[in-house]
Amino acid sequence: MSISFEKALGIHEDALRVRGQRASILANNLANVDTPNYKAKDLDFKQVLAQKSASQQRFAVQVTHQRHISGAGLSEDPNVLYRVPHQPSIDGNTVEDQIEHAEYMKNALAFQASFTFLNNKFKGLTSALRGE
Amino acid sequence: MALGTIFDIAGSGMNAQSLRLNTTASNLANAQSASSSTDQVYRNRQPVFAAIQQKEMAISGFDQHADASAGVQVLGIVESDAPLQRRYEPHHPLADEEGYVFYPNVNVVEEMTNMISASRSFQMNVEVMNSAKQMVQRVLTLGQ
Repeated sequence: MSISFEKALGIHEDALRVRGQRASILANNLANVDTPNYKAKDLDFKQVLAQKSASQQRFAVQVTHQRHISGAGLSEDPNVLYRVPHQPSIDGNTVEDQIEHAEYMKNALAFQASFTFLNNKFKGLTSALRGE
Repeated sequence: MALGTIFDIAGSGMNAQSLRLNTTASNLANAQSASSSTDQVYRNRQPVFAAIQQKEMAISGFDQHADASAGVQVLGIVESDAPLQRRYEPHHPLADEEGYVFYPNVNVVEEMTNMISASRSFQMNVEVMNSAKQMVQRVLTLGQ
């Protein structure tokens, strides 16, 4: 019998990673709060997490020759979507700082929650290994 | 690592906002700087913000989840074309032959609102950076 980290840690590892990505996207929105024509972005968390926990199936460019360039990174992440603003502004910026701030804080709390779950999984594993 | 980029993003935001605060301070300080000709007078200065596009880095960095943009940059500082204030002050030492003095096109009320907006945005970036720091510190305690 062996311990499988994949099974033991479950979804929390992926959740923590996606929360980290989402935090950087929201931080980017907040940094561009005064940039004209900037469009606020966000991740569809549920969809991304479903993709992560399922096998990573993506539409990749087929490489049939060694000098072909792989398509990775050429296009934007399809899961990053644009937010629909409640109050559009004159300069074309769709960042609403209160909403972004609230989402960022919520995301940080959810990150801590995922972290706590993950930490408890590790604690469980170590106590199982010790066998005390 | 996604969390590490937050520091760069919030840092670029703080940099841009402090530059905006700097131009505001310059505008306010020179709001009453008179001049005798139109080409010598101080003009209202404003920074131009733009999002940093990071596509090239995403390709070379081999990170599929790299965001298309990361942070904000200041493209440059533009001088306003708004009409200058031409006042009749014949006793002013800088007055021209007709007795007129040119004052900058700085709108003090606009600059004050700009100042408040810039300092609020700066504050927000500081908070973002702070909570990112907490998140990273929590991750470092994993398994302890």
